[in-house]
Amino acid sequence: MKLLRELLFPLIAVVAAFIVAGILILIIGDNPIETYRLLFGSALSWPVGISYTLFYATPLIFTGLAVLVAFRCGLLNIGAEGQLYVAAFATAWVGITFANHSPWLLIPLCCLAAVVGGGVWGAIPGILKARFGSHEVINTIMLNFLAVALLSYFTQYHYKEPGPIMQTLAIGPNAHIARLGKFIPGIPQFIPLNVAFILALLSCGLVYIFLWRTKWGYELRSTGTNPSAAEYGGISVRKQIVIAMTISGALAGMVGINEVLGYRYRYYDGFSDNYGFTGIAVALLGRNHPVGVIISALLFAVLQRGGIPVDAFTTHVTKDIVQVLQGTIILFVAAEAFFRGPFAQWGLLKRSKV
Amino acid sequence: MAEIFTIALIWSTVRLSTPLILAALGGLFSERSGVINIALEGMMLAGAFTAAAVTYATGSPYVGLVAGMMAGMLIAAIHAVACIQYQADQVVTGTAINILMLGMPAFLSGAFFLSSGSTPQIPKEHLVPWLPIIIAIVMVPLSWYVLYKTPFGLRLRSVGENPEAADAAGVPVARMRYAGVLLSGVLAGLGGAYLSIGQSSLFTRNMTSGRGFIALAALIFGKWRPFQTLLACLLFGFTEAVSIQMQGVVKLPSGDDIPVQFIQMVPYVLTIVVLAGFIGSSRPPRALGIPYQKER
Repeated sequence: MKLLRELLFPLIAVVAAFIVAGILILIIGDNPIETYRLLFGSALSWPVGISYTLFYATPLIFTGLAVLVAFRCGLLNIGAEGQLYVAAFATAWVGITFANHSPWLLIPLCCLAAVVGGGVWGAIPGILKARFGSHEVINTIMLNFLAVALLSYFTQYHYKEPGPIMQTLAIGPNAHIARLGKFIPGIPQFIPLNVAFILALLSCGLVYIFLWRTKWGYELRSTGTNPSAAEYGGISVRKQIVIAMTISGALAGMVGINEVLGYRYRYYDGFSDNYGFTGIAVALLGRNHPVGVIISALLFAVLQRGGIPVDAFTTHVTKDIVQVLQGTIILFVAAEAFFRGPFAQWGLLKRSKV
Repeated sequence: MAEIFTIALIWSTVRLSTPLILAALGGLFSERSGVINIALEGMMLAGAFTAAAVTYATGSPYVGLVAGMMAGMLIAAIHAVACIQYQADQVVTGTAINILMLGMPAFLSGAFFLSSGSTPQIPKEHLVPWLPIIIAIVMVPLSWYVLYKTPFGLRLRSVGENPEAADAAGVPVARMRYAGVLLSGVLAGLGGAYLSIGQSSLFTRNMTSGRGFIALAALIFGKWRPFQTLLACLLFGFTEAVSIQMQGVVKLPSGDDIPVQFIQMVPYVLTIVVLAGFIGSSRPPRALGIPYQKER
């Protein structure tokens, strides 16, 4: 029953968003059913569609987890975008600089760079909040822009591959991680779905164990639910804020592993397709639970993949419908009380104390 | 160094500051009433797109400006209903609106103009390069007057600082907050409209490119006060003007360019520094971000 209630509102939010977007599609003169059939049909076709969907889900699982950890500590990390950029650049830097080392050393080193890069960029707003009390939302927004400007400088002036594209030199082949097509028959090798996806699933398990099965996780969550009680119980709230933001940044940073080691094999300026912001939606729709994060990351990945044929095969609808859907879903999830009211009226749910 | 401080630079600063001033003043009304507004970006995009589309369709930029303001207000209404009526998290709602408005204009222009996210070019005689600048300049003292010298402003500030006390004194908290958020939509929409039918001559995908966030930064840098916010907007507009003008112009004695990225970073670094309290303290309205529920 508890599980059902947990699933109910996210489900309603998603359905409501599809209805709203469907009406929009109808207004501009296309068939919503046909559009949605195209969207889901292509994203869920085996093997190409599904493989791409899983590939798109990988960064979203990482950023969803990042937002989740911060949220459980009572913080809103809208800086995953900046953190994953810094991490991706750090990963590429290690992959370029130490290109000639053996894969056994180089790949772990690159992964470490991703985690540390994201962790440091996440720790900054954490420290600023713990030390000066300045709001993490504003600081993470500023740090997002700062990261983009800083990395564009490093790319342009120090590590740029000659040519018109803003990207760094390629990392050494020893730093490449395997694509899943290598192990799973049926998945073509050209699809960039790679080991980072497995890493993402593992991270979900680790985050769950950390948050709900360890003392540290308990302290972090206590800070989130009631900071003054936590402080009274001997937990240093300031320390927890810094820890949560660092872990959050590190998780967001792991996007760099997928992007740099498994996909482009270099740092590409502006590569992130709003992964950081979509992560907020993923965490929120997934009820800030690791399993929920996987499910909602898959849903958003389906939208992203499915947007491509919608763009090509409908008369008027463009792939921008994906962002319209995403925005509407978050809006409905955030304003859950909007649905709670009618449900309480129909006697389907006891009115909960808001 | 001297050759960059020209009339052209000053003019460019004024032009680039105008959308920031309008949006930041919008943010001022919303945040002083206690509602965080990181959706300024989305409201500006709504204003920019609608103004361009309506001006193209009607041939009148004045109708376009009004439509842009209405569009900003409509988006603000969504934010207001979610945050005030349904007590949604204000930052999350703002983020949702920003994502929604990244897609919506492109979606609509794809349908109406069969383009990939931009509106058709608007003829030069249908643009309004001056009016929004004048409005922005007038709005600064006007906002100050409204906020500090009228009963409306007093009430607006009171619900942002201490809604319980305001409520006890008979101030309608929810209604004041609606007013604050809707006003912010009108002003941010106007700021966006200036981008598409003042500075430029069409709407392009994501044409605000973060100006809503810069406006928010200016508001914080300006400590949630109209005149300080104006100065912050001028400063941020100036850094943008310099970074545009500088490409390949300013050289260090060694002959290297000053990387334009460093100039772009100035507003962000300044905001972080001022928020940490290094340059005087910047204190947000006390009830900012906290939904208010009437005692029953």
